[in-house]
Amino acid sequence: MSEALVEIEDLKVHFPIKSGLLFDRTVGHVYAVDGVSLRIRRGETYGLVGESGCGKSTLGRGLLRLVEPTSGRITFDGTDVRSLKGEQMRRFRRRIQMVFQDPLASLDPRQSVESLLVEGLKAHGLHRDKAAVRDRLRSTLDSVGLPASVLNKYPHEFSGGQRQRIGIARALVLGPELIVADEPVSALDVSIQAQVVNLLGDLQDSLGLTYLVIAHDLAVVRHISDTIGVMYLGSLVEEADGDQLYERPLHPYTRALLSAVPIPDPYVEDRRERILLAGDLPSPAAPPSGCRFRTRCPWSQDRCARERPELRVFDDSGQRVACHFAEEIRSGALRMHEVRAELVRPDADSPPDVGAGLIQTRPDLPAP
Amino acid sequence: MPLLDVRDLAVVFHRKGAVPVRAVDGVSFTVEPGQTVGLVGESGCGKSVTSLAIMGLLPRRGNTVTGEVRFEEADLLTLRPQDLRDRRGRDIGMIFQDPLSSLNPVIPLGLQVAEVLERHRGRTRQAALREAGGLLDAVGIPDPTRRLKEFPHQLSGGMRQRALIAIALACRPRLLIADEPTTALDVTIQAQILTLLKDLVDRSGTALVMITHDLGVVAGLCDTVNVLYAGKVVERAARHDLFAEPRHPYTHGLLQSVPRLDADRGGRLHQIRGSVSDNIPWSEGCAFAPRCDRVIDACIGETVPLEPVRRGGALRCTNPVPQEVAA
Repeated sequence: MSEALVEIEDLKVHFPIKSGLLFDRTVGHVYAVDGVSLRIRRGETYGLVGESGCGKSTLGRGLLRLVEPTSGRITFDGTDVRSLKGEQMRRFRRRIQMVFQDPLASLDPRQSVESLLVEGLKAHGLHRDKAAVRDRLRSTLDSVGLPASVLNKYPHEFSGGQRQRIGIARALVLGPELIVADEPVSALDVSIQAQVVNLLGDLQDSLGLTYLVIAHDLAVVRHISDTIGVMYLGSLVEEADGDQLYERPLHPYTRALLSAVPIPDPYVEDRRERILLAGDLPSPAAPPSGCRFRTRCPWSQDRCARERPELRVFDDSGQRVACHFAEEIRSGALRMHEVRAELVRPDADSPPDVGAGLIQTRPDLPAP
Repeated sequence: MPLLDVRDLAVVFHRKGAVPVRAVDGVSFTVEPGQTVGLVGESGCGKSVTSLAIMGLLPRRGNTVTGEVRFEEADLLTLRPQDLRDRRGRDIGMIFQDPLSSLNPVIPLGLQVAEVLERHRGRTRQAALREAGGLLDAVGIPDPTRRLKEFPHQLSGGMRQRALIAIALACRPRLLIADEPTTALDVTIQAQILTLLKDLVDRSGTALVMITHDLGVVAGLCDTVNVLYAGKVVERAARHDLFAEPRHPYTHGLLQSVPRLDADRGGRLHQIRGSVSDNIPWSEGCAFAPRCDRVIDACIGETVPLEPVRRGGALRCTNPVPQEVAA
């Protein structure tokens, strides 16, 4: 159980911002993933949460090299993934499969279910034995709870939940060890969500799969994950066991996130303490200096602007947090202060000098 | 005397060469002044069409709207278009789900807010713009005077939604209809917007109709909750009653199937079997019957009426979840 299947060390994915008519001048970078290290143990579910734009999907894609990482190391079961070339990489992909968010957009509308499922087998040369293929498709469909009669149907003939089952079947048919599920249930209705969440759990039990689940819904992630990593603006700010994270959130962002998730119980809602964050997520093209979260953090100090906090082990529980003042905030030695909302422009993708135009949260802090 | 009284509202969409769709199938509910009423349901249950029908925003052709929508004695459905236009934006405000597509991308924000004041309050452009600045400030947009000259694409999602709220509340309407106002937003921004809405509603005494699929949002906000399924209200109850003791198997199942952040982890989630496509028409019994765990013979055959239960609530079910089990 404790053997690491995936190890990611200091992974960075930066996208260049190009400008100019004749020459593709690079005028800056979007720091989508900026130095993330984590390990996923064999057989566990690692949940990655964060708001849109925090880089969680890019991290998942970077792991499969669907986007090429800028730097860092990815080790999968002892293999250095980033050093694999061409054909080796292609064959390696069989071991990691992906389930996407929007089942309708990720299934070709002109391919029947059979052709969708066989495509992966063909790519890996597993399609030659017709009888074996038929058995394989049947058993895969059976495991996701669909009858074999769906093989001749097309994606539009299914409901959202069934489409997501097809997406999962397509990932399973190659017998992968790791499944990266990017928002697997967020496009589905509540009553259907539960079906797919249960299915993912059943499949893990019967096939011994390892999951990396990327989602924005903290309640769903906590339900299915053994370990949860919280991302903010390209880096991991906290990592803990699912229950631990809820009972003892250490990072200010995690606390705010937990307090913002609505709970379907009026008695709880009426009595809840909320930490309302001011403003929006800053642009990942011009991240604040020091701690990325400091512009919205009600506990931020001068040191937060100067030094970027490392993700450090907090105590014996193995909980990791990237905050200089986690102990002080927890003990109550550090008090919350007002944060004025800062206007964040979605088109602020120019390099940091534009940051001077932003309103500062506190006059004693340097501009981001 | 309720502020809004929706009686037996039905919307039928006609399709060429196909069976007409009854998107809303006899919905009735009332909103008292200053009250917050929730319409909850999954996609396709008719909650958005209900709100569009109330506002008279459905396309003129291709559908039939029947029933009554009484807003302070006037029936909005039979009002002349010009009279309805006078009321929309002045007496009834509306906030939509996607703020980017409900704002005009080529008109500066200030003009879009001022437009409402010019139309309904007869303000001059100058006065309206000044007032618009104050409105943006009230909804928590930083540096409002500069924002007035900016375009929607220059604002983030949360700020756009705030701007939309400013427009909806510009004339201090007595009723505000919010159709999934936070669905497109991240949780921390959602918390900001919900707090803002709650605050504005409390302060101005505006009644709010909150349309959402998120039971968590309802739990913290609404006084009365209507649960919709396949175009009909299946359960109505005060907020605390509904969550403590859901009586309809659908409501009960829905509440059980959401993973709760504060509950114990692990184990399987309760699931509602099948999908909306398994429904039977209401005329042939309970539409939810094919997916229901508590289905009995009496559920199929004839329409199940909506009957009043405890403390002003109502229930449409022949075999409801017993009260002690539901708790």
